Amino acid sequence: MAEQTTKKVLVEPLVDNNPIALQILGICSALAVTTKMETSVVMSIAVIAVTAFSNLAVSAIRTYIPSSIRIIVQMTVIASLVIVVDQFLKAFLYDISKQLSVFVGLIITNCIVMGRAEGFAMKNKPGISFWDGVGNGMGYGFVLLFVAFFRELLGNGSIFGATVFKLTKDGGWYEPNNLMLLPPSAFFLIGILIWLIRSFKPEQNEEA
Amino acid sequence: MSQRESNAQTFVVATVLCVVCSLFVSGAAVALKERQAANALLDQQKNILDAAGLAKGQYGVTASGLTTDQIKDLFKQVTPYIVDLDTGEFVTDVNGLDVDNYDPREAVNSPDLREDIVNPEFNPGEKFREKYAKVYVVSDAKTKEFQQIVLPVYGKGLWSTLYGYLALKKDLNTIQGLTFYKHGETPGLGGEVDNPSWKLQWEGKTLYNPEGVPAAGLAKGTAPLGNKYEVDGLTGATITSRGVTNLIRYWASDDAYKLFLTHIKEHGIDTPKAGS
Repeated sequence: MAEQTTKKVLVEPLVDNNPIALQILGICSALAVTTKMETSVVMSIAVIAVTAFSNLAVSAIRTYIPSSIRIIVQMTVIASLVIVVDQFLKAFLYDISKQLSVFVGLIITNCIVMGRAEGFAMKNKPGISFWDGVGNGMGYGFVLLFVAFFRELLGNGSIFGATVFKLTKDGGWYEPNNLMLLPPSAFFLIGILIWLIRSFKPEQNEEA
Repeated sequence: MSQRESNAQTFVVATVLCVVCSLFVSGAAVALKERQAANALLDQQKNILDAAGLAKGQYGVTASGLTTDQIKDLFKQVTPYIVDLDTGEFVTDVNGLDVDNYDPREAVNSPDLREDIVNPEFNPGEKFREKYAKVYVVSDAKTKEFQQIVLPVYGKGLWSTLYGYLALKKDLNTIQGLTFYKHGETPGLGGEVDNPSWKLQWEGKTLYNPEGVPAAGLAKGTAPLGNKYEVDGLTGATITSRGVTNLIRYWASDDAYKLFLTHIKEHGIDTPKAGS
């Protein structure tokens, strides 16, 4: 395996090896929580925290984990972290945690978290694994924010709840596009993003 | 290598991991419990205030835009009461629990304090409801005159039970507001029951039709202009919309609050009787 540097594991997942755009992982929550910027930011931070700490924990105990139960061990670590993150949100960001509802709990099933634990943390030292988790969490967050930006702007005329386009129902000029508030719009936006990235980085194209 | 793969090692790793993780999780849950409970209580008060439109009336914003002190201050206008749903009368306590300690949500789990919901006219999708409900009377800050009644309501949507409050104006037939404080509906679809502009549509809707049958609910698609009873249905959330309609009508029907509403229409907010 090529040598891993902190910078490389942090920057690479943003565009070059983005978990959503290149690996097409974690699409489910990218559709669900991206109707607003606010929820997307909190969701991104939650995923960054879970991926980083699960990578750290899995990497720290990687030499002790018997390979027969390694997946369930990773799962247990991830599930515990997700519950703790959920508890923190309920205690400190109650309103947002209500909006995110089940999707915080569903981070457990987010393939990015498990993928990094199995694919990276099992083979690398804790420090670099931690940063790999942060990097991949940010790559996920980057796509979430991209999608949420357009969905909130076009679907609700606002960014972070602040009005940008005044809606017709409030006496303004902008008629919101309701499709943007429905999950399929996230598919379109992620598709457009992948197309953009691959236009600039043709090496990401799969062979036909 | 073989050491690591042995059965003994597998059991040890699994056990240690489980113990460490459960300590970690329960530690966090216990440490944060008080804060979460305070948040939940505050959230409940906010929702009662929003259903009754009090924050909007006093400060021009919804309760989530207020400080904790402002909410506590506004909540002085609100008095909780226990109501026996079978007689429609106020009672002082339930099995010795007074109004501050009685929790209707817990009562639903206790066989002595609940009733089966059998063949209701409008089906809220629940099997039981509490015998004694906790309602909130809103009175004017200065004159102490009766202003509104806030009734807790709940019923099944698509994924979850929606818990909320229905506020009625003085005439006990005009809706002041409806809010949900707990549900697990899909964000952006059924979760739009939290949408502020949708919630605003409830104000001024009529709960009962002239025959006294609950008629308020959600239309299919956009509610026709001038419809006294219906608000817009939720886009892409047919089952949540139907659930909300049914739960409002159930709680307003003879099976639930109607007797109580008739009682306070005739007697006003009278002194609670000694409880059971």
